Amino acid sequence: MTKKEIIQKLPYTKPFLFVDEIVEVNEDHIKGNYTFLHNEYFYKGHFKGNPVTPGVILTECMAQIGMACFGIFLLKDTWDQEAWNVAMTSSDINFYAPVFPGEKVYVEADKVYFRFNKLKCNVAMYNSKNVLVAKGVVAGVAFKNNIEK
Amino acid sequence: MTKEELLSKLKTIITPYVQNTKGLESLNENTDFIKDLEINSANLVDVVLDVEDEFDIQIDNEAMEKMLTVKASLLVIEEKLEAK
Repeated sequence: MTKKEIIQKLPYTKPFLFVDEIVEVNEDHIKGNYTFLHNEYFYKGHFKGNPVTPGVILTECMAQIGMACFGIFLLKDTWDQEAWNVAMTSSDINFYAPVFPGEKVYVEADKVYFRFNKLKCNVAMYNSKNVLVAKGVVAGVAFKNNIEK
Repeated sequence: MTKEELLSKLKTIITPYVQNTKGLESLNENTDFIKDLEINSANLVDVVLDVEDEFDIQIDNEAMEKMLTVKASLLVIEEKLEAK
């Protein structure tokens, strides 16, 4: 699976896709990046007249790169967007620096474990000055759609 | 290892993931991890991984899917310990 194919297989789309590029991936870790556009929808309200990327969106960005992309890679050919869903099951993140409109962020994730379709990772986000933006632990599961639904 | 020892070790493992502590007080063989203890289903994976470490056993997909109650989990652990 190529790095581009991983992104194509993601179950997200604009305005809720926060992955531009996967630059490195193997069985143990993944690295990717995303540039927050000036016109992202949430800047209109967060905050009034002072756009700053919400922490939940930074968490989402780390989860999309560090869990969704990584998980799809680890599941290999088993993953099928039509038949599978993903869900974040826990997150514990600390934030160290703000991310403003137009900033590019770099996400790194190291696998803690991938068992029974659950992926737990240590994740970190840096800005283009290589300053730590956020760091913590996220976990998520991939599961098959309920066919009866 | 006696059944009581097994149960006591299992109780220690599941405790950090339990939301319904009343269910933990009345823990017995028929206790269901999700229904009675309100363990988040994703944390069942953590329970299984902790069981592997504690008892030095390997749990496969098939066994993992069975481990939804105390009784079923004890059975899996006993089987795997015997097979060691």
